Order: sequence, then C-alpha cells, then structure tokens
Amino acid sequence: MPSNKSNVSTGALLRDSSWTVNRRVVGALLLRELLTRYGRNNIGFLWLFIEPMLFTLAITIVWSAFRSVHSSSIPIVAFALTGYSSLLMWRNMPGRCVGALKSNMSLLFHRQVTVIDIYTARILLEFMATSTSFVVLGIVFYSMEWLPAPEDPLQVLAGWVLLGWFGAGLALTIGGLSEKFDLVAKLWPPMSYFLMPLSGVAYIADALPQNAREIALYLPMFNALEYLREGWFGSLMTAHYDVGYVAAVNAVLTFAGLSLARQAQLDTSEE
Amino acid sequence: MIKLTNVSKDYPTKAGWRRVLSNIDLTINPGERVGILGRNGAGKSTLIRLISGAEPPTLGTIERNMSVSWPLAFTGGFHGTLTGADNVRFVCRIYGVDFEPRFQFVREFSDLGIYLNEPVATYSSGMRARLAFAISMTIDFDCYLIDEVMAVGDERFRERCRVELFEKRKDKAMLIVSHSHRYLKGNCDRFLLFRDGTVEEHKDFEEVYFRYKASLGEGFATKEQMVAAMQ
Repeated sequence: MPSNKSNVSTGALLRDSSWTVNRRVVGALLLRELLTRYGRNNIGFLWLFIEPMLFTLAITIVWSAFRSVHSSSIPIVAFALTGYSSLLMWRNMPGRCVGALKSNMSLLFHRQVTVIDIYTARILLEFMATSTSFVVLGIVFYSMEWLPAPEDPLQVLAGWVLLGWFGAGLALTIGGLSEKFDLVAKLWPPMSYFLMPLSGVAYIADALPQNAREIALYLPMFNALEYLREGWFGSLMTAHYDVGYVAAVNAVLTFAGLSLARQAQLDTSEE
Repeated sequence: MIKLTNVSKDYPTKAGWRRVLSNIDLTINPGERVGILGRNGAGKSTLIRLISGAEPPTLGTIERNMSVSWPLAFTGGFHGTLTGADNVRFVCRIYGVDFEPRFQFVREFSDLGIYLNEPVATYSSGMRARLAFAISMTIDFDCYLIDEVMAVGDERFRERCRVELFEKRKDKAMLIVSHSHRYLKGNCDRFLLFRDGTVEEHKDFEEVYFRYKASLGEGFATKEQMVAAMQ
C-alpha cells in the first residue's frame, strides 16, 4: 500500500484551503464528464466543440441559402454565428444541469464533492465547448472572408461573458429547481423552444415594432446578444439593450441558483 | 473522534415524513471498532451515510475530528463507461494524491490485470467489488466505514482484504455493518443494535446478538442455546 504520509496525507487534504479542494474536485469532475460523455473512440472529446460547430454551421448555411430572414445590410454569416452561438449558450447549460444530480449522487460519498461542484463542472464544460465553437467558426469564416472582423472585440468579449453568466445562472436555477420539482425537468425543453425564436436568434431588436421590442427586451439574453452584435457590426445596425438589466437578472439568477444548489445538497437522499 | 449529538434523520415517503433515526448519541474514538447490527431498514446504512457526510442529519450535530472514508468497497461511484484505471485516476484527483503508486497497488491488489483498461460496465460484480475495495485502500483515513462488504470475492481475496484492513490498519477506527456473527465477534470491541430508529450500545457480543436474533423474530429461548447453535 502506498503510504499517503510520504507525499500528501489525508490530514493535509483536510487542511487544504477550500478553494484548492474546489478547484481540484471541479477539475476531476470535468475530466470525468468529458470521458463519460465522449469516451475515447474516434475523435473523442473533439466532439465537445465539433457538435455545436456543426449545428451553427448548418444554420449558417440554411440562412445564407434563404436570404429572406432579415432585410438589413448585416452580413448573414455574422448574424447567424452570433445568434446561434448565443442560443447554444443559454439553452445547453441548463439542459446539462437538469437532472445532473441524479447521475452523480453517489459521488457525494466523497466528502469534498458538493452539489455546486457537480453543476460547476457541467457549466464550465458547456461554456468551454460553446466558446471554442464560437471562436473557431469565427476564425474560419473570417479567413474565408465570409465574415468581417469584430469592430470592437472587447465589447464582443464582454457580451459573450454576459451571455455565459446568464447561462450559468439559469443553469443553476433550472438545475436546482429540477431536483425539487420533476415538472421543471419536463418543462425546460419545450420552454427553451418557446424562448428560442423570441430571443433574437433570427432578427435584431431594431427590426421589431416599438411595442413588441419593448416586450422582447425583457429577455436578458436578447439584450446581451444585441450588445454582442453591436460589438461585432455596430456600424450596420442600431442596437437596443440594457446591460445593467442583464447584470441584475444574472446576479439574481446566480444567487437563487446557488441557494437552490445548497438546498439540493441538504435534501440529498440516495436510496 | 466522531461525535453524534441528538441526531435524527427523516426521509420523505408517499405517506409523509418517516423518521429513520431518532435522537442518536454516539461517540467513536480513534482506534475503536464498532460493530453494527439490525434488521433491514433499521437505519444502519443511513447512519453510515450520515457519518460519511454524504447526507446531513435532519436534526442534531455531527462533529468529525478524524478523516472518514467513503463506505468501503462502495461501487456506486463507478461510471460504467469509464475504465477501472479512469476510476482510480478520478479518486486520486479529488483527493489530491499521486496516481502512479496507487495504480500499481490497485493493479496488484485487485488482480484485474488487463481488465483495468476496460470499461467497468464489462466487469462482473465480483470484479467491481475487487476494484472498489482496492481503490478504498489507496487513501489513508482515520476511520473506515465498512458496510457489508466482506461477502465479496473468493477465499483468497477475502483473506487479503482481512490482512489489509485488520492487520495493516489495526490502529484505525472502524464502523462495521454485518450480519455475520463470526465477522463481528472477531473484529469489534463495541456493538450497536439498531431497532426502530434507536440505538442500543452493548459491550458483550453474545448479549447483543441474542437481542438481535430476538428482534428478527427467530430468537433463541436462552442465550446458552444460541451460543451452542453458533458453534
């Protein structure tokens, strides 16, 4: 038996700061998730971002073929890339967190693994996948001259982070709720389909009539997407958004999500 | 030391909340071996889960000044698509210990050979148990939780488990759930009998086993008869 005493003892393990332990656990869960989801066969974990890339690519091709979707001077590729990538972000993160606990419950026997770690790992993995897909497609389209470079890369980045934060908060909240109420797990997929067309994937806010726009902009992800699009091709459009509103909603969702995850931890009962 | 003060645990059922453990007070000192008896559903595994920290108690407090293992040879944490080696790697990662020496140990101890690189889903239940036990032995704890595991594997493997657990770790505290009187009698210095959510403490094995048998409804008329039957 290798002795723990020589290098890291479990005593030392308990003394590690909780941040170190958290990082270690989330890292381990992330790698486990990667392996269990994609395995080691053929291209393995590359699927992580090839899958969202193929989705985005398919949408881009379809929209480019039917130029009718929108009537402005915005390059269709840039439009599809920003719209569909943002959709993947706020739809897939909650999707991955719904019922995440059930399949990972037995891991809670390891004292340092918490419910929040399980959600964090899934959210991070999804964020990495969607971001990689977004960046890689962006570079590919740019180098093929289908897409102009962003006018303000920092604003694009900020918009992306804002979307990611929204996705993470929503994922924690929906995931936590799904542990309490089975109905939430059932309702999230149709709900996300319902929100999809409303969230600006296929149009910009300026194309909507005034009163419809005001209602649509209650959706935080629409605001974040408008902000991101302004960063990419702002000179070609008039953007409508309220970053403060998105940040406030994100903060509330994060807080609610974290406390729901805490409650899920207290309610755990593995039979 | 592990100290449970006034611990209760409720679970929701369709008929409302059910109290599985009520007002348990219990102290486990370093190096103590505590045997646990009780019929199915009496709350033995619930206690193990509470002490391991997998679940919080509904009421009361649990103080832990010792590091506590996960339930020994627990196979539930395995993911079917991961290989045996992946599962070892995962445990090493979350405990922050070196993989290589521990993997060597698991390979030798579990005797799984090339199967360590195959998905756990392809293992027989005996192979899973061997892997789980071997992984449990790679991290050192002050207190081990042992929930009905010794029935696994063949004679030779059981003997190696015994050496690993009761000889190499004879100074560690242990909580042992078992229905086997030989196993409990030979390995424990204290006994807990679970009945209807409460716990009785006993020092004397024959006394506790006699009561346990009585609670199963297959009791002996006298303790002497029972001892004779156990021979």
